[in-house]
Amino acid sequence: MSGSSQLENANPVIFQRSGERQQTAAEEDEDVHDPIDDREIFDLIRSINDPEHPLSLEELNVVEQVRVQVNDADSTVSVEFTPTIPHCSMATLIGLSIKVKLLRSLPSRFKIDVHITPGTHASEAAVNKQLADKERVAAALENSSLLEVVNQCLTSRSL
Amino acid sequence: MSFFIQSGNIRHVLYTLHKPLRCLQFPAVLFFCDLLSNRRLSLTSSEPQTRARGVQLLSDVLQEDSAALSQREGLSTTFPVPSGLPTFLILLSDPRSGGAHRVLREPPQRQLRGHAARLTGTAGSGNRFRRRTFSSEELLVTFVSPQTRCAALPPGSAVSMLRSLFQDVHVQSLMIAERACVYNMLINLMDTREAELKSLGADFVFGFVQSMDGERDPRNLLLAFQIARNIVVRGYDLGKFTEELFEVTSCYFPIDFTPPPNDPHGITKEELVQALRAVLAGTPKFAEFLFPLLIEKLDSDVQSAKLDALQTLNAFLSRCEHTDTAEFLQGLWSSLRREVFQTSSEKIESAALAALTALTSCLSRSVLSSDSEDVLGHFLEVVLKDCEHHLREPDLKLVWPSAKLLQACSGASYRASRVIAASVLPALTEQYSSKTQCSQRRTLLEVLQRFVQSVKSSRSTEDDDGVLSAHRADLCGVAFAALSESNASLQVTAAALLASLARQTGLLLEADVRLAVDHLTRLLLTEDDDRVSAAVVECAGVLAELHPAAFATRLIPRLKEEVFSDASQQHSHHAVRRRCLSALAAVSTQPSVVQESTPVLLQVLKSALTGGVSLEEAVLACRSLQRIAARVQDTEEAGTCFHDVIIPRLLSLALQAALQEEDSSGRGGALVQEDFLSAVVPVISTSCSRLQPTLAARTASRAVSLFLDGDVSCLPENSFPPRLQLLQAEEVSWRRSQLVCLLMGCVCALPRGVELPRTDELLSRLEEMSCTCRHPLSYTAAAKCFAGLVNKSAEGGALDGVIQRVRARICRELDSSSSPLRTQAFTLLVWVSKALLLRYHPLSTGLTDQLFSLLDDAHLGAAAADGFLLLMSDSPDVLNRGCHADVRIMYRQRFFSENSAKLVQGFNAAPQEKKPNYLKALSNIVNTLPQQVQVTELPALLSLLLEALTCPDQGVQLSTLSCLEPVIASPPPVLLQQLEAVVGRLLALVCSPAMNVRMSSLRCVRALSLLPAHQVQDSPEQLSGSLKLIRNECRCFQVLPFRARVLRALAPPLDDRKRLVRQEAVQARGEW
Repeated sequence: MSGSSQLENANPVIFQRSGERQQTAAEEDEDVHDPIDDREIFDLIRSINDPEHPLSLEELNVVEQVRVQVNDADSTVSVEFTPTIPHCSMATLIGLSIKVKLLRSLPSRFKIDVHITPGTHASEAAVNKQLADKERVAAALENSSLLEVVNQCLTSRSL
Repeated sequence: MSFFIQSGNIRHVLYTLHKPLRCLQFPAVLFFCDLLSNRRLSLTSSEPQTRARGVQLLSDVLQEDSAALSQREGLSTTFPVPSGLPTFLILLSDPRSGGAHRVLREPPQRQLRGHAARLTGTAGSGNRFRRRTFSSEELLVTFVSPQTRCAALPPGSAVSMLRSLFQDVHVQSLMIAERACVYNMLINLMDTREAELKSLGADFVFGFVQSMDGERDPRNLLLAFQIARNIVVRGYDLGKFTEELFEVTSCYFPIDFTPPPNDPHGITKEELVQALRAVLAGTPKFAEFLFPLLIEKLDSDVQSAKLDALQTLNAFLSRCEHTDTAEFLQGLWSSLRREVFQTSSEKIESAALAALTALTSCLSRSVLSSDSEDVLGHFLEVVLKDCEHHLREPDLKLVWPSAKLLQACSGASYRASRVIAASVLPALTEQYSSKTQCSQRRTLLEVLQRFVQSVKSSRSTEDDDGVLSAHRADLCGVAFAALSESNASLQVTAAALLASLARQTGLLLEADVRLAVDHLTRLLLTEDDDRVSAAVVECAGVLAELHPAAFATRLIPRLKEEVFSDASQQHSHHAVRRRCLSALAAVSTQPSVVQESTPVLLQVLKSALTGGVSLEEAVLACRSLQRIAARVQDTEEAGTCFHDVIIPRLLSLALQAALQEEDSSGRGGALVQEDFLSAVVPVISTSCSRLQPTLAARTASRAVSLFLDGDVSCLPENSFPPRLQLLQAEEVSWRRSQLVCLLMGCVCALPRGVELPRTDELLSRLEEMSCTCRHPLSYTAAAKCFAGLVNKSAEGGALDGVIQRVRARICRELDSSSSPLRTQAFTLLVWVSKALLLRYHPLSTGLTDQLFSLLDDAHLGAAAADGFLLLMSDSPDVLNRGCHADVRIMYRQRFFSENSAKLVQGFNAAPQEKKPNYLKALSNIVNTLPQQVQVTELPALLSLLLEALTCPDQGVQLSTLSCLEPVIASPPPVLLQQLEAVVGRLLALVCSPAMNVRMSSLRCVRALSLLPAHQVQDSPEQLSGSLKLIRNECRCFQVLPFRARVLRALAPPLDDRKRLVRQEAVQARGEW
């Protein structure tokens, strides 16, 4: 964390929010099986709050639907996120938030892979390594103050 | 009695007198006052208890008496205020006078009205003196406060009372209740003695400032703010104490107050905020103090302070003059601009914009004289300088905030909109034509549209054109150009722009309207996008209201041509027709347009008779007719059109179709369908209920004679046999008998007060039909029609006779368990009970009890449970307020509170297999209740509801869950005791086979996680350590033990096959 009162990226470019997912007739039909798709995963993570702005990750274009890959049959999810600036110190926290959100929201059969979009961050490899390390993620979540920050990012804005 | 009082036994007399005096009031008061004025005995008694008692008694009596007097106003003149009383009062109120000293000389030995226990010592040392005045104040204040309400105080006494109050009483050292008395006294005096108080001059203000300085209790603050508001609004002389008054009130700004949980006084932050705002914004004299304060609060980081400051600014600006604002303009503008440019919440942004509007209109009120400078002009120059360049920037990054600021200014006054329009509109239109990207163009169009909307349409002088007329050509050009684009969102915005241009009176010329109509027609016929056609239809509706002629002559003929064109078989053409029908409905608000559009719709229906149009389109045409009937202006012309042309035509069409079908030529198929008939009914009932009551009465009586006698003479183009049989259940086929629903439309929707001929005959025929007919639609419609008439019939023996007769008949049918007509009797029972229940008829109880007893019935039990839903919900076609039915408010609550006990009893007594019926009935009743009632009533029924969760019927589960959700959101203590059972049952339902049940049970589980903090009982041990942390943890204390279990149970739904279920599960699990 930056530790200073100055925002690292004071005037970010704001992107438009996509609307709610359109409900289809098939979704209301009892007998149809809806597979988990990219948009559904994206809907899960798009409303996560940015740690330093009152904006969602979607509005900051940190996550995009095209950078979400899901394979329902193989139970794998892969999410790439793009920090707003290459030296953003919040990258680990954002990644952790995405990871925790998905861990909480997806069935346990899924293998979740969260990493930085290649070439968008200065210390990309280090952050990716941290996020991929199960034990480090678990240890981070034992840290109560860190957990609180993560939960703050995950609380939906309506509440 | 006076003898007793003179003797030493005063105390006893007073005790015994207290009650009777309070009850007798008036004569007793006379006596008592007399007593006082002559002797002043009890109040000057040497015994403290006696004194206290006397004062309290007098205070009570006066308080009640003045209330009683104000009710019986005639008496107030005869109420002789004894001459001694006010004198005595003054005596009392002046602690230095001998009287009061005498009253209060003796130290009380026992507790005097609770607080006075501290009063010890005699007069002498300064310290003790203070204590003594303290007691005098208490007595005095409680005593004087009711007295001030009495208008009969002699002149001058108010002033002397106040003088001594301000001089000798240190208000803030009194207890809360006594302080409230002081404030109440001031309020009363201000209401009755304004002139006297004003004669005190600034001393009064100063005295008040001193007495409220440091007030902390919210209840008293409300009173104090009220006084302060009175001072500033009623023009009391503030003298040199303006700043003091401002300081003493503004120190509470912005109010930050959270009422304690379970606050019995119910004071909200909002009340305080409003009261304080009324003070601060009450007078322009505060300007020099208030503006700096507001600017300072605006620059703070606290959101609520910002919002409050903006709203106060808004209120204040509506009162002040431009001269007050002069030196703060720059500061205000830069603060407001910052709030809009760097907005963090929409609320603040809109408050800032509203404040800007208020500021501009405040400046616009200034009168220009030759030597003064143009304040508004200068201000707008600054605004334009800061905002306009954003509109011209190529990337349009800050175009929205600056446009909003400019719109806020231009919406304030005519002059402002003129200035702004002159410089902004050309820039925007120029920008529009230079851009090529659709999204940028759309943004510009939207900005333009908002501008047009915000412009004040009023004209300052006769010969002056509107603000926009100079730019009319440009604006229309842009709108039409955008309408011809192929991009859907551009078209939508352009339609909105066109609509707001049309709303500016007198702006568009004939030629523009014609061109607009042509554009709209083209889009209607060619554009497939739903959004575009919706926008176009809306825009057409707006334009047609203002320029009916162009639509009647251009749009409608074109649409008609299209509807009846030969290409009607192609699939795409159906959509076009559908749009045409809805556009016809949208444009028909003026009678002249209606006369053109309805024949087209009727023609559509007529071609349905020969099979030319599908059922779906016939229904759509009926819907359009209904929309027209609901929206058209209620004029003679429109009324004739509906009652003399459309309704007879519809009746005749339906009849023709029925007869054709009977002859088995079979082509009128569409028009005998239930769907069609139930679309026709609203057309008839809407026009009967809304348009021209006298004509409606004629329609109804025609319909009655048509149905009773077969009198077809009123129907156009008829080749019907005379004396058609329509209401004979036994003889006619269902195709004819079902037409009774049209009769219902005609007679049940009449406004009350319109007489219906031959009601008795009609009722008995309908009763016969509803009990004997075998076609479901026919007997239901007959029952509804019967109920609709019963609901409106006049109270009295005749009505009671009819009800008794019907009830006996229903009972007979229902009692013979083999009767084939039980369902019919049941249907009639439900509808008649509804009709009576709605109007609180005393006989309704018997009928609903019958319904309750049917819950045990083997065949009708389930239907009876559903019957309660019908009883409780609004039916769309009859017995609703739109049909002018006699519907009392709160009938649902009443029914529920009268019958919930019966239901519980019945449930307990019922055999196991019948219990679901009761649960279903319960959930049907409870579901329709308003949430507030649900929450208060449900604790009693909770165990029953939990039972219902285990009931296998999915409908019951679903409705119970929807009841439970609000209850969980504000849980009663009973729920918390049964948390274990609730959680267990909800989690079992999470894996139910029906997805709706899964979803709503997940919602309930989610609501459980949010159990509010104040409901959780704090045990004394946890709080004794006064560790705030522990208390916060307590919030989840009750639900925490379930956490692991819930999280485990919520894992499977995360992998549910339905996406909607998964969404709910994700939310629920996230909360836990």
